Amino acid sequence: MNLDFDWKPLALVPVLALGVLPFIGSPSTWLTLTVAGLAMGMIIFIIASGLTLVFGLMDVLNFGHGVFIALGAFVATTVLGLMGDWTGSPDLWRNLVAIFPAMLVAMAVSGALGLAFERFIVRPVYGQHLKQILITMGGMIIGEELIKVIWGPAQIALPLPEGLRGAVLMGDAAIEKYRLLAVVVGMIVFAVLAWVLSRTKIGLLIRAGVQDREMVESLGYRIKRLFVGVFVVGSALAGLGGVMWGLYQQNVTPQMGAQVNVLIFIVIIIGGLGSTGGALIGALLVGLMANYTGFLVPKVALFSNIALMVLILLWRPQGVYPVANR
Amino acid sequence: MIKRLLSDDFPRSRMLAVLLVLLLIALAFAPFIFPGVKALNVAAKVLIFIVLVASFDLLLGYTGIVSFAHTMFFGIGAYGIAIATTRMGPTWQALGVGLVSSLAISFVLALLVGLFSLRVRAIFFAMITLAVASAFLTLASQLSDITGGEDGLSFKVPEVLSSSFQLSSTPFLGVSLDGRLLCYYLLFFAALTLLLAMLRIVNSPFGRVLQAIRENEFRAEAIGYRVVVYRTLSSILSALFACLAGAMLALWLRYNGPDTSLSFEIMMDVLLIVVIGGMGTMYGSAIGAALFLVSQSYLQDLLRLGSEAAAPLPWLAALLSPDRWLLWLGVLFVLSVYYFPTGVVGRLRAAALDKPRP
Amino acid sequence: MSDNLLSLNGVHTHIGAYHILHGVDLQVARGQLTMLLGRNGAGKTTTLRTIMGLWHASKGRIMFDGQDITAWDTPNIAGLNVAYVPENMGIFSDLTVKENMLLAARKASRTNDMDDARLKWIFTLFPPVEKFWNHPAGKLSGGQKQMLAVARAIVEPRTLLIVDEPSKGLAPAIINNMIDAFAQLKATGTTILLVEQNINFAKRLGDNVAVMDNGQVVHAGAMQELAEDEALQKSLLGLAI
Repeated sequence: MNLDFDWKPLALVPVLALGVLPFIGSPSTWLTLTVAGLAMGMIIFIIASGLTLVFGLMDVLNFGHGVFIALGAFVATTVLGLMGDWTGSPDLWRNLVAIFPAMLVAMAVSGALGLAFERFIVRPVYGQHLKQILITMGGMIIGEELIKVIWGPAQIALPLPEGLRGAVLMGDAAIEKYRLLAVVVGMIVFAVLAWVLSRTKIGLLIRAGVQDREMVESLGYRIKRLFVGVFVVGSALAGLGGVMWGLYQQNVTPQMGAQVNVLIFIVIIIGGLGSTGGALIGALLVGLMANYTGFLVPKVALFSNIALMVLILLWRPQGVYPVANR
Repeated sequence: MIKRLLSDDFPRSRMLAVLLVLLLIALAFAPFIFPGVKALNVAAKVLIFIVLVASFDLLLGYTGIVSFAHTMFFGIGAYGIAIATTRMGPTWQALGVGLVSSLAISFVLALLVGLFSLRVRAIFFAMITLAVASAFLTLASQLSDITGGEDGLSFKVPEVLSSSFQLSSTPFLGVSLDGRLLCYYLLFFAALTLLLAMLRIVNSPFGRVLQAIRENEFRAEAIGYRVVVYRTLSSILSALFACLAGAMLALWLRYNGPDTSLSFEIMMDVLLIVVIGGMGTMYGSAIGAALFLVSQSYLQDLLRLGSEAAAPLPWLAALLSPDRWLLWLGVLFVLSVYYFPTGVVGRLRAAALDKPRP
Repeated sequence: MSDNLLSLNGVHTHIGAYHILHGVDLQVARGQLTMLLGRNGAGKTTTLRTIMGLWHASKGRIMFDGQDITAWDTPNIAGLNVAYVPENMGIFSDLTVKENMLLAARKASRTNDMDDARLKWIFTLFPPVEKFWNHPAGKLSGGQKQMLAVARAIVEPRTLLIVDEPSKGLAPAIINNMIDAFAQLKATGTTILLVEQNINFAKRLGDNVAVMDNGQVVHAGAMQELAEDEALQKSLLGLAI
């Protein structure tokens, strides 16, 4: 039981949310924006969690993480396209039955690509940061182009299934149904990750490995195998995130990977490389920020996130929950 | 004299020296050797990229800093000229104002970026520059009043440099002596001067300290060099040269938009050239830029042929489509990083060392 | 001379461009405690890391129990029932003391599998390990962490224990605890290779000693011999032990 918990970073989230309230004015608008921000944040967290563990555990900079996002999203368009009658139905449970396989297939495909990516692109350059940056970027470009070969270079619409469209009314505020779903899915992912990390031996190994890889090896564990597993899970999660992001925007483009990549990097830098909790906080902050500024001052949306990152780095140069021993 | 010109940084490989001389001649006489508008465009682009890539190499190869914000300075230089000429008319004063203001902005931004890089770890810094570059691209598209937004700015250059200006009505060796030709040679001499300047910088005591810092920052600091100062200076110099390259670009194209100078593709191209040419060698940017741009322009034609030939197999035709040239470039890139880590120049120099001296 | 559990022959180690070990010859006798002495920078830690496979020898051979482990990977070497306590202790600060021990107990997958009797014995040697069982290891003091590091290494019986400066920064009373622990370990038959600056360790526990300088072993032999020869001590170590 952790006796004293570093609560300050966690407090940033409500501080930001409440701090913006006076600027927005109407509480119902604020509520809508906040839920939207939390939903977006949860989706970003799903994507970022894998990347931060990959870096924390094996010191590998995957600048190509975006390719898994895009792949997942495109796969979903194909799967959902095949299930027209399920998505067309207004029944919520039918819609979920359609979305669920789309998510699973997307995760499986992304995970498989992740396996190949680790084997052929990342493994040869362990320990060489510069080459990792270059090669993973190259890998992402190749991936993006291959997506264009398979699905064409244009944007594809990814409409929400019937039953998930529209909003629920809470007083004056309209809360979109899909966003609630996104928050739920995000929390499930977080809960599963948290459970695995704190209650299983694998989780123990990952947490220890993030702190001191050499010591874990000295204790007799072949951490390289563990790493492949984490990489694949991270890629699968990115695929899931891609599906959700695509549904959030209701369209997918081959460049979406590169676009979301930038946000992901901001999130894991804010959170601290290697920290899942940090990634969650970073993601929520980024999601909220994007939505609040999108409403208040649309032109500076991306800059606002960078400004947020800079401010946090000035406060804690290693991110809000730095992982020790590096 | 050649020694002084090249700042004692010789090619150190006969093959490389030959290639460089050939390149110099090809670029110097391009309008006469290679007829046609396309060829001249490629040649001008090579000149611009030589400067751009060399400035990036100064930062990456010599100082060891990975920054994805480099194209930002390229864009600032290009927009400087574009905005100034659009607002002030195609005069030399406008060019001057545009150039000076873009250099000033680059200076300040590079200073900030350089100082910030020391506050955070290298990995963070790389990611942050990526974010900043993205943000800048978005900004350029959004401030359409100033920058022309997505459509960019088309503008005229001073009459002397435009095609309507005729030095002489009779063509010389088949090429009309017009303003465009003059513009080309302006670019040529600018590129030559800037490259030689950078050569001088990296071979000076300052450059040596940069390399020391790249190798072992801790030790450099321990010996007494203030790493902060050197890295920031390197950052600024690199940005200023990139800015000048941007100005060259704008002058040649008479147009600038977000995709022309700020796009991610250009950053990737620069990275690819630096890797293929050889990091930490100024000559690498020259050879690399030439190799890369020539093949890029003609690669698409090659792919077109291949795609048409593969028509019966639609999936193959799709893979070979000229629109997918970036795919093959990506593959080339990954392969180069694995098998060609020292680049063309590195390979040539290593080969030269293996040969027994006569 | 009893047979050697571990022996290094002509081992060279390069780290990047630096040539640290210049042909190390070292024998570690089975069931005995061998001390590795030498000034800072002599190459002691490098030797230990090379044995553990964290760095690979560029030349030479390392034999463990008749097997050539020179090119082996660290997890495989640990799998031979070798435990390593590094100079920085290698404690996982975000994990609890219990989790640290659990990880080290390779045969265990749940607490129940850690040998209770052995745990009790460890608790008597190092009481703070029991006291802070459910606390994050990062909250322990330096000395307590040091004890945890050693406790972790012996959570299961080991064939070879490689320890790098376990008493660094410890209060004298705790050092005595540590020495007692090692004495008991030796009694159970564990072979120990110990890098230590503390004289009492040498006097009370050392069977054999090897002295390193400039990446080579410049003297090897029985501890007795070195303890009796003050001139030799001064020339090798610059001080009398």
